[in-house]
Amino acid sequence: MQLFPCPFCGPRAESEFHFAGDLGNARPDDGDVSDARWSAYLHTRRNPKGAAREVWMHLTCGEIFAMDRDTVTHRVSGSHALAEGSTP
Amino acid sequence: MTRHYSALSLLKEGLGGHRGWEPAWRSPQPKSRYDVVVVGGGGHGLATAYYLARTHGIRDVAVIEKGWIGGGNTGRNTTVVRSNYFFPESAALYEMALKLYEGLSRELDFNIMLSQRGMLSLAHSPMEMELAARTVNAMQINGIDAELLGIDEVRRKIPAYDFGPGARHPVLGGVWQGRGGTARHDAVAWGYARAADGLGVDLIQGCEVEDFIVEGGRCRGVKTTRGEIRADRVGVAVAGHSSVLAAKAGFGLPVTSYTLQACVSEPVKPIVDCVVLAPALGTYVSQSDKGDLVFGGGLDRIPSYAQRGNLPVLETVITGLLEMFPCFRQLKLMRQWAGIVDVVPDSSPILGESPLPGLFLNCGWGTGGFKAIPAGGVLLAHLLATGRHHEVSRPFDLDRFARGRLIDEAAGSGIAH
Repeated sequence: MQLFPCPFCGPRAESEFHFAGDLGNARPDDGDVSDARWSAYLHTRRNPKGAAREVWMHLTCGEIFAMDRDTVTHRVSGSHALAEGSTP
Repeated sequence: MTRHYSALSLLKEGLGGHRGWEPAWRSPQPKSRYDVVVVGGGGHGLATAYYLARTHGIRDVAVIEKGWIGGGNTGRNTTVVRSNYFFPESAALYEMALKLYEGLSRELDFNIMLSQRGMLSLAHSPMEMELAARTVNAMQINGIDAELLGIDEVRRKIPAYDFGPGARHPVLGGVWQGRGGTARHDAVAWGYARAADGLGVDLIQGCEVEDFIVEGGRCRGVKTTRGEIRADRVGVAVAGHSSVLAAKAGFGLPVTSYTLQACVSEPVKPIVDCVVLAPALGTYVSQSDKGDLVFGGGLDRIPSYAQRGNLPVLETVITGLLEMFPCFRQLKLMRQWAGIVDVVPDSSPILGESPLPGLFLNCGWGTGGFKAIPAGGVLLAHLLATGRHHEVSRPFDLDRFARGRLIDEAAGSGIAH
């Protein structure tokens, strides 16, 4: 069992967490959004091999936060709370 | 040297000490140019090369594999073949694959050990029985063999299951596809590789694609660890690494790579003679010809390119198996492994030309690529040979995400995505 660092609760078991997508995938809301752009926001993922910046949810406390992780080694290099009012 | 496989050639080689067998395929140096280059030497890539040569007469083809033939997901799956999907588009696709599997040993002159022992998907509640009936109806309307089984029939199929009064997961019935079953996964890769090689296809192992050659906005070949290889058209069938190659080609995909685990027990005498899936438990099992129980379950919930598994999901899968078949508790686990699968939001594959013209995709099979290998090969070969969709692959184009025409097979995929 790997431990992930929740910025609010500290290190907790990986099974308590849910992957919630790429960090910085902002919802397009500037009026005229094309099908392609909306589809890219909904579906297209960076899915990097190696260093990844991701949004995760800690299911037990319900908080959403950012985590820096390597998708090959599974090593976590850090996690932090999202700034108040910012887009994940 | 003996190339053809038959009882006569076996007898002849047996008398000669088996020293005259020709290697199943050559290991040629890559040429600087081919008509078509297929990236990925797994089942889908090899089948693509075979159908390019056999169906379309395009024999100037190279398959480029960074590791070895069939060493990725083709050698890491649990060998199940079936076509019990819900939507007509999927039924056409997976039934095409199953029908090709049914004639494949003869076609390739290579025994893929297809065993249509039947597949049983269990239902544990009245609600699941209603969904099972709906699935059976959909399959029958799509022209695929399907039967709704009640509890008595399920008892006869899997007597070792825990039907006792204290059973953790009592069964009410299930969906039966009698033509489902298993095929030897390595043999599928080796059979296609040998047949493609026999038709003149170059299989280049230990050769990794580092970039694409793009000229005039079109893909003109690949840059590899063994030099540049130019081609009129390039196909990519690399499963969990699709996003990595797409990034090199300059576009993104609706794909997330996850680890999918599987395991085998020590071999025992025959005890389960069909494929059994319990969707509610996220566990499925079959018994190999050797006697070991081959089982697996859901994805690890962490995006990953590590070809190993995490313990929480393994625990869930094994717990589910032992609740289904308590008599398996004494079995030793022999091996556990994992592959990297390409998961798409609607659990359906992506087939078609990529945003980079000249580059064609076969990916997004997620947890279910093995059963689709012959169809994936036929359809990617059709795309590469004609530049146009086959009618079966058209609904699975990448454009379905922008058009909103998703084909959501979350239930048909069997294992939760």
